[in-house]
Amino acid sequence: MPYKNHMKLQFDSKSQNESFARIVAAAFAAQLDPTIEELADIKTAVSEAVTNAIIHGYEDNMGSVTLECSIKDNILEIIIEDNGKGIEDIQQAREPLFTSKPELERSGMGFTVMETFMDEVEVISEIGKGTRIRMQKKFNSLKEE
Amino acid sequence: MRLDYEVIGNTLVVKLKGELDHHVAEKIRAEMDDTINKNRCKNLIFNLSDMRFMDSSGIGVIIGRYKKISQFGGKVAVVQVSEKVDKIFNLAGLYRIINKYSTQNDALNSL
Repeated sequence: MPYKNHMKLQFDSKSQNESFARIVAAAFAAQLDPTIEELADIKTAVSEAVTNAIIHGYEDNMGSVTLECSIKDNILEIIIEDNGKGIEDIQQAREPLFTSKPELERSGMGFTVMETFMDEVEVISEIGKGTRIRMQKKFNSLKEE
Repeated sequence: MRLDYEVIGNTLVVKLKGELDHHVAEKIRAEMDDTINKNRCKNLIFNLSDMRFMDSSGIGVIIGRYKKISQFGGKVAVVQVSEKVDKIFNLAGLYRIINKYSTQNDALNSL
């Protein structure tokens, strides 16, 4: 039987919750016996996705963000979902250095960071409905034992 | 996140302590710009020895300060960059505009 575990967390789209979400995801990933570098990768990717949900999904409105983490054997899947305004052009949003908010000194590197630090990143978005980011990362440390 | 400032000659050294994300970026930006204006510093060094976490919001803050400093002919450097932060800096191509030094003194001698 493959090892399985799952958690789901819902929080307000407040910027205070960016650090809350990345710490929760890292704590959940701890059971995969990750390296310090792998933990940092997860924290950073979650921070990017949650920040996107807060500043782009909801802009100045208050909403709800969902963080869902699943473990299947040595694979961690993270889903970050909002019910915000959605992304008009996903391909453009994923381009390095593209930002819809240059006035806020956003670097436009959010998706590039997620793609670099995780093995797989899938973005599903619908205008007026929201955005769902699904990321996967494989951990090898458990298998080597 | 807390900032410690030190003015050495015409260079402002800023030590960033803690976590730099979107939540603190706006406050850091305002505080740093205020300090740069007040001290009329030409160059800027970011000392990152006590930075525990940074995401792409930090890139925005650093590039923003670079734009401000370079407008008046100044230079910006980063020192004591951890492996984690180095990975993000490389990804963003930050080292094409900002030099990295291993110690604060190296940076001070080169600016």
